[in-house]
Amino acid sequence: MTPDRPNDACGRLEVIAAGLTCTVQDLGRPGHAHEGVPPSGAADAASHRLANRLVGNDETDATLEATLGGLVVRLAGGGPARAVALTGAPAPLRVAGRPAPLYAPVAVRPGDVVELGTPAHGLRSYLAVAGGVDAAAELGSRSTDVLSGLGPPPLTAGDTIPLGRPPAAAATAVDVAPTRGGGGRGTTALAVVAGPRDDRLGPGGWERLLATTWTAASTSNRIGVRLDGPALATVAGELPPEGVVTGAVQVPPGGKPVVFLTDHPVTGGYPVVAVLADDEAVAAAAQIRPGQEVRFRLAGASPARSPSGWQ
Amino acid sequence: MNIRPAGRSAALLEVAHPAAAAAEVREAAAAAGVTLQEIVPGAETVLVVAARAGDLTRLLARLPEVAGSSPMSAGHGPEGAVRLDVRYDGPDLAAVGELTGLGIEGVVAAHSGARLRGAFSGFAPGFCYLEGLPDALRVPRLPEPRPSVPAGAVAVADRYSAVYPRSTPGGWRILGHTDTVIWDSRREPPALLRPGTVVTFRPVP
Repeated sequence: MTPDRPNDACGRLEVIAAGLTCTVQDLGRPGHAHEGVPPSGAADAASHRLANRLVGNDETDATLEATLGGLVVRLAGGGPARAVALTGAPAPLRVAGRPAPLYAPVAVRPGDVVELGTPAHGLRSYLAVAGGVDAAAELGSRSTDVLSGLGPPPLTAGDTIPLGRPPAAAATAVDVAPTRGGGGRGTTALAVVAGPRDDRLGPGGWERLLATTWTAASTSNRIGVRLDGPALATVAGELPPEGVVTGAVQVPPGGKPVVFLTDHPVTGGYPVVAVLADDEAVAAAAQIRPGQEVRFRLAGASPARSPSGWQ
Repeated sequence: MNIRPAGRSAALLEVAHPAAAAAEVREAAAAAGVTLQEIVPGAETVLVVAARAGDLTRLLARLPEVAGSSPMSAGHGPEGAVRLDVRYDGPDLAAVGELTGLGIEGVVAAHSGARLRGAFSGFAPGFCYLEGLPDALRVPRLPEPRPSVPAGAVAVADRYSAVYPRSTPGGWRILGHTDTVIWDSRREPPALLRPGTVVTFRPVP
């Protein structure tokens, strides 16, 4: 620890390879949608939170969101050994050349290389480091927003990322977590409720939305999961722009639904015919790989609409 | 006010005056002790996003049935008024003069004479759709968007005007340019123009 290199005291990560796409993510910057700012944040927030808990961080600390693995980083600087944890898509993990467990804290010493292989299933893995990733925050969040360009740019090889001060003690409340989440093999079922513009689906459209086996397109990203399949007909064109939620299932004029993830546009002019039922469904959508099959299933009745409001 | 469910803890309110309704939603949320994640005005709607379904139910119980049925009153909201100095030298000024039949001077007079109000945001951080243009100034978007519109470009399309908060591709017709910073993420709030903000433009040489 030398006074003229304060960053080294806290350590840093050197990016050796970023894989397909790797971004810094925390819980995003909600509350600015009326100013045109997407919520952003970890696409699979449950996996992000779990990774942080495993290393004793706050859930609001930033993690690295790797897409289809491929991330290679070295712990550098003058800081201490640290715990890391990998959650989400089960990318094979190696630390200092040796296989390491997923969904569990793993000790990493300065100089060690942390390496993610390609996950057998799922799409996004979350690497938490004790102390958190200390990239520059914008609007109170370190999240990279690929739609609006807010937050740090996606990682590239050669980048150096500062780390925060690690938690005082091994504050971890969990030794090993259940491996639920992180995306499955085969068809992903997404629980939905009716959306604000379900009446824009043509006759039989709702039934076809639920009956079709969709395929995730390779153009999917943090903005949304784009689905291929037989086009759905919607009633008459564009709507005046209106607010859109994370998890909205929007049907553009081409009839191929898009499931919005956290970097979604804040307002849109195409009908939102359904909405993912809960955070768990959003996390599941965030783990869908291009080419994977997707089905929607109705999650009980949506809250009843009545002239006096909701029941 | 018609309420459309937008998921288990969000609702889309169809209202005549979204910016006014957004202010009433904020008041109702405060009265109900509910913290909302987002209140997002649209062209004819307000999207309300709560953390939990119960919060949404409590809010809607407090929200007057007539919310958003009257235009925004002066007492509503802290959004204030902004006057922007504009150099009317945009690349589309002459074409808009021809399309509208107003001529260049007529376009400048109509645009700078209008008292506009922020309606809703979208497209990019700080990009606010300003309503209240005279009908005579309505022009369609460009048939092909420009690959790059500079930050500060003052533009019109359909029933809206806007100021590009940063350099982006864009299909609106550019009348001029302002040096005022429209978006600064280190500022609070970062967007100068927000739903409800009253906006006027002043021609400068």
